[in-house]
Amino acid sequence: MMLDILMIEDERNIAEAVRFILGRDGWRLRLHPDGEGGIEAIRENRPRLVILDLMLPNRSGTEILAELRSDPDPALASTPVLMLTARGETAAAAEQADAVLAKPFANQDLRDLVRRMLE
Amino acid sequence: MNRRSLSHVLTGTRIRERRLALSRRQADVARAAGISPAYLNLIEHNRRPVGPELVQRLAKVLEVPSDELAEGREEARIATLREAVARLADDGPDAAPELDQAPEFLARFPGWAAALVALARRSEALERQLVTLSDRMTQDPYLLTTLHEVLSAVTSVRSTASILAEESEVPDEWRHRFRANLDEDSLRLSNTAQALVAYLDSFEADGAIFTPQEEVEAWMAAGTPSIEAARDLASDAGRLLARTHLARLDEETAALPDAVLAPAAREEGDPLRIAARLGCPLDLVMRRLAALRPPGFERAGLLVCDGSGALTLRRPAPGFPLPRPGDACPLWPLYQALGAPQTAISHVVVTPEDRRFSTLSFATRSQPAGIGGPVLSRAQMLILPGDGAAASPASAAIPIGSSCRICPRADCAARREPSILLAR
Repeated sequence: MMLDILMIEDERNIAEAVRFILGRDGWRLRLHPDGEGGIEAIRENRPRLVILDLMLPNRSGTEILAELRSDPDPALASTPVLMLTARGETAAAAEQADAVLAKPFANQDLRDLVRRMLE
Repeated sequence: MNRRSLSHVLTGTRIRERRLALSRRQADVARAAGISPAYLNLIEHNRRPVGPELVQRLAKVLEVPSDELAEGREEARIATLREAVARLADDGPDAAPELDQAPEFLARFPGWAAALVALARRSEALERQLVTLSDRMTQDPYLLTTLHEVLSAVTSVRSTASILAEESEVPDEWRHRFRANLDEDSLRLSNTAQALVAYLDSFEADGAIFTPQEEVEAWMAAGTPSIEAARDLASDAGRLLARTHLARLDEETAALPDAVLAPAAREEGDPLRIAARLGCPLDLVMRRLAALRPPGFERAGLLVCDGSGALTLRRPAPGFPLPRPGDACPLWPLYQALGAPQTAISHVVVTPEDRRFSTLSFATRSQPAGIGGPVLSRAQMLILPGDGAAASPASAAIPIGSSCRICPRADCAARREPSILLAR
């Protein structure tokens, strides 16, 4: 069964909260806790949506996004990406991401955004 | 209009403005000042020069300080006013003041002119402060990391608390997990906020202690008093670092007791020979020498960094230049050692103030998580004032600094950013 969402987020507690609320909405979600291996996880899971933290250990969200967008597989390269930011870099991050959500966010805002991106 | 005639216009205009403000007739003022009414009329209409002696007489008659009418003061005021107005005019096409009428404006409305200048000066001071703070916000790794920690913890708390408050029928397993997460995040937020407040307070006082690492350094410099009573250890993070430091010191003292190290240091002098004689790792000997400071090493300092180059321990030798955390000189032999693990590197270094230090650097690598785990690097540099024991006599002195931002060496090949000491 196709994965709806792959979330790449190193903050375990944030990831658990997101997994709970999006799981309640019926989305199939998997977590990857590190920038390292992030692009491989996307290629392996081929999710319908990637939720990507900007500041990750080992490899930043910006780097992962740039590599995704330059993937030779056009379908993979155009995977929708929702970028989570904790810093004032939303403009730069938004250039290649399909949507940007600044931390801290309201759960309902996340739910609405994900629904719009997946439906 | 040249500078000289401009100043005459100003002086004449101001004399006239003052006379009219006192409702005095031109003839009366002229008589009191010892000149003809016709000559005063020419002065007031800026058709005759007026010397400093006459300005003084007119000022006395017009009951104002003479410098209120003097040329130099007016010129300076005009220059300041033009500068202030020009700065404000940069704000857009709607702000296009008539610069050529600045002298008239100053003469007719001195109060408004002074307010305008004061406003421009305040604006300039605030801009300077903004640049300074902006530099700090965008370049300071400690602040960036700490702010990121705060935002992450707040994000987690907000999402988790919303789930507990708003979601119906949260299974017990999740409920317990979220409660534990809230507890963990609130503690983390509390510690980080505490460290952040201490750090931001330090913006007011240059040189103040503001990171947990610096708290520990101040505590070590005070002779490692009881952690609970130590005033330098203001944050929980600082106290935790201090406890970790003490535990490591105890372990290392047990591995290489004072009674064993002191005589070997006295008889051998060279840290490598001490290590060979005692059969101890060189890095342990270096750390113990810096901690015990036996004869020959009384003024020893020690720097330790991890594989990223971040300093994890800074025990400075007297006079050795140390920057704020995260901003050290890349020419320190400490960083050479990272690239050549298990090799002792000795160098004499010289600071911009021409102070010389002998250094011995040594790096190790380990895999504490076992095969397949990450390889961790650590380097340390033992520092002794002068050209003495720790460095090989043949080594050439390396010109070093504290950090690029405050280093005056203009021709340094390792410079990574301009120095504020070399600007313009």
